[in-house]
Amino acid sequence: MVRLEPRRQHSQAMVYLSPVLAIFMTLVVGGIIFAFLGKNPFDALYTFFILPINNSYGISELFVKATPLVIIAVGLAMGFRANVWNIGAEGQLTMGAIFGGGLALYFHDSESLLLLPAMFVLGAIGGAFWASIPALLRTKFNANEILTSLMLTYVATLFLSFLVHGPWRNPEGFNFPESRPFPDAGLLPIIYDGTRVHLGTAVAVFVVIAGWLLLSKSVIGFQLRVVGKAPQAARHVGFRQKRMVWFTLLLGGALAGLAGLFEVSGPIGQLQPSISPGYGFTAIIVAFLGRLHPVGILFGGLIMALTYLGGELAQITLGLPNAVTGLFQGILLFFLLACDVLTKYRIRFGSIAAKGRTA
Amino acid sequence: MEWLVPFTLTVITASTPLLLAASGELITEKSGVLNLGVEGMMLVGAIAGFAVTASSGSAILGIAAAVIAGVLMSLIFAFLTLTLMANQVATGLALTIFGIGFSALVGSKFVGFAIEPLPGLSIPGISAIPIIGPILFGQDFLVYLSIAVVIGVGWFLAKSRAGLVLKAVGDSHHSAHAIGYSVIKIRYLATMFGGAMAGLGGAYLSLSYTPMWAENMTAGRGWIALALVVFATWRPGRLLAGAYMFGLISVMQLHAQGAGIHVPSQFMSMLPYLATIIVLVIISSDRAKIRLNAPACIGQAFRPAH
Repeated sequence: MVRLEPRRQHSQAMVYLSPVLAIFMTLVVGGIIFAFLGKNPFDALYTFFILPINNSYGISELFVKATPLVIIAVGLAMGFRANVWNIGAEGQLTMGAIFGGGLALYFHDSESLLLLPAMFVLGAIGGAFWASIPALLRTKFNANEILTSLMLTYVATLFLSFLVHGPWRNPEGFNFPESRPFPDAGLLPIIYDGTRVHLGTAVAVFVVIAGWLLLSKSVIGFQLRVVGKAPQAARHVGFRQKRMVWFTLLLGGALAGLAGLFEVSGPIGQLQPSISPGYGFTAIIVAFLGRLHPVGILFGGLIMALTYLGGELAQITLGLPNAVTGLFQGILLFFLLACDVLTKYRIRFGSIAAKGRTA
Repeated sequence: MEWLVPFTLTVITASTPLLLAASGELITEKSGVLNLGVEGMMLVGAIAGFAVTASSGSAILGIAAAVIAGVLMSLIFAFLTLTLMANQVATGLALTIFGIGFSALVGSKFVGFAIEPLPGLSIPGISAIPIIGPILFGQDFLVYLSIAVVIGVGWFLAKSRAGLVLKAVGDSHHSAHAIGYSVIKIRYLATMFGGAMAGLGGAYLSLSYTPMWAENMTAGRGWIALALVVFATWRPGRLLAGAYMFGLISVMQLHAQGAGIHVPSQFMSMLPYLATIIVLVIISSDRAKIRLNAPACIGQAFRPAH
């Protein structure tokens, strides 16, 4: 019989080992799934995880995909630490794109250098505004932020669809549901020639550093760490839960909004009905994979970005459905959660009776 | 009044998947387990039901497959949260992400397939009675089953001994354990029931509501089912009313256009989601009521201290 025995202290080694273990187990299960789909598992895993990044352009694309994931996940992780479950980042991303992108469309013949910074601000405001709704409903009306933030994601997506099908449709387009292209002044500069790596990637690195400082040096960061580790103690010393809800949701929303703006003013360059392959949801996995720590999230973001690239490549070269990406992401999170048990518990083999003898 | 019958029929079909999934989740939550993976379990149920029905030609086999698929999904959740004591919120999210991907992968072979929708009940003479005939006696059997399930759940919780034990486990797992009940086993069973009903709800979507497969075809119904359980304050009678109210709201968009109301379709499609938020706010703001009805141990891991 297998039993779990609580450790006196959380195992620091397992905190770092468990993501590695989880990734390894995901690869094994992934290989088995590929075999079931009639593909050579080694070829398929190579196509999925190595081929996308065996050239410099592939690596640059990895950064492009990791950018929104990292930016969003840093914000979400702050909330998860405080037991604030914002799972509507996808909607906040969409609202950020609408707010910031709307500005670019309004000034579509602008050449002003101020346009882009103004779009940044509006993007963050859009995301924060959308996240403020679950924050208000949680703090004022006790409504569960998981459900409200998720429902608002559907609303935001439908709203974007309405805009690009209706009032914001490109008047010079061919009736396609998409906006005008943004003016050059509203496009993110490319920071490495010949790639799609844009200014947002640099911002993502900045967000990681700022998040790290916030968590390790600031008072609210200290409170977030305490709330996560000892919620009762936190309540005892009078950390205000409501303030925590507002702070984490607004921060998470603003960062998700910024990430959304970067997508539409970077790789996409306009508004269209679909602006994200689920970055807001994948960022949840990134946050856990990165141990809810900004630096870990940087690595987690790169790994999850790889699943997007691998999925695209596997679709083209192996004819596998794109859904494989989501499947891998789900399995990875399962294994991660399972492996995390080992940080808190030791696995003991043998029956309870055997334990009685040794005690 | 000629619109009344088709309108009522679409309300019933839109409500049924919500009612099935929410009834299952209600039992799961009453045992103290919060499974946020309803959306994922519904999707896997939907594709399992559709794939087996399309391949075998038998809707009964398809429905059985959907139930089994839902149970298997819930077992992943149960193993992680009950045996390994993983965080229930995170595991539920993982179950949904996994379910979306898995169903889309399996379903990619079945896009564009057509199947016969589930046959409606047909009692000679009675089903032909105007108005009440088609509404009361012309539904497919999953509709009747969904009503039976919610009544059964109500009876189980209020009248049966097993229901009392289930509630005890959800309200105070340590006391229930001390009296000698196996908290983990009971929670496993409650979670599996939730999975079975979510699978069935998914199968209703792909076999009857829109007899086809499309990626992500649940479109948030699993989440709405979760909200319904809160709306019902964990009481089956209110769950029935809530599910039908949501069914009504979600079909309004179909009928609004016909009634000459010209609101962009996207805004009509927002209604169920907005209604969910409004309803949650109204119910949740009554903190005393929530505290009185919510299972006290919901979402908490249990580790028997020998």
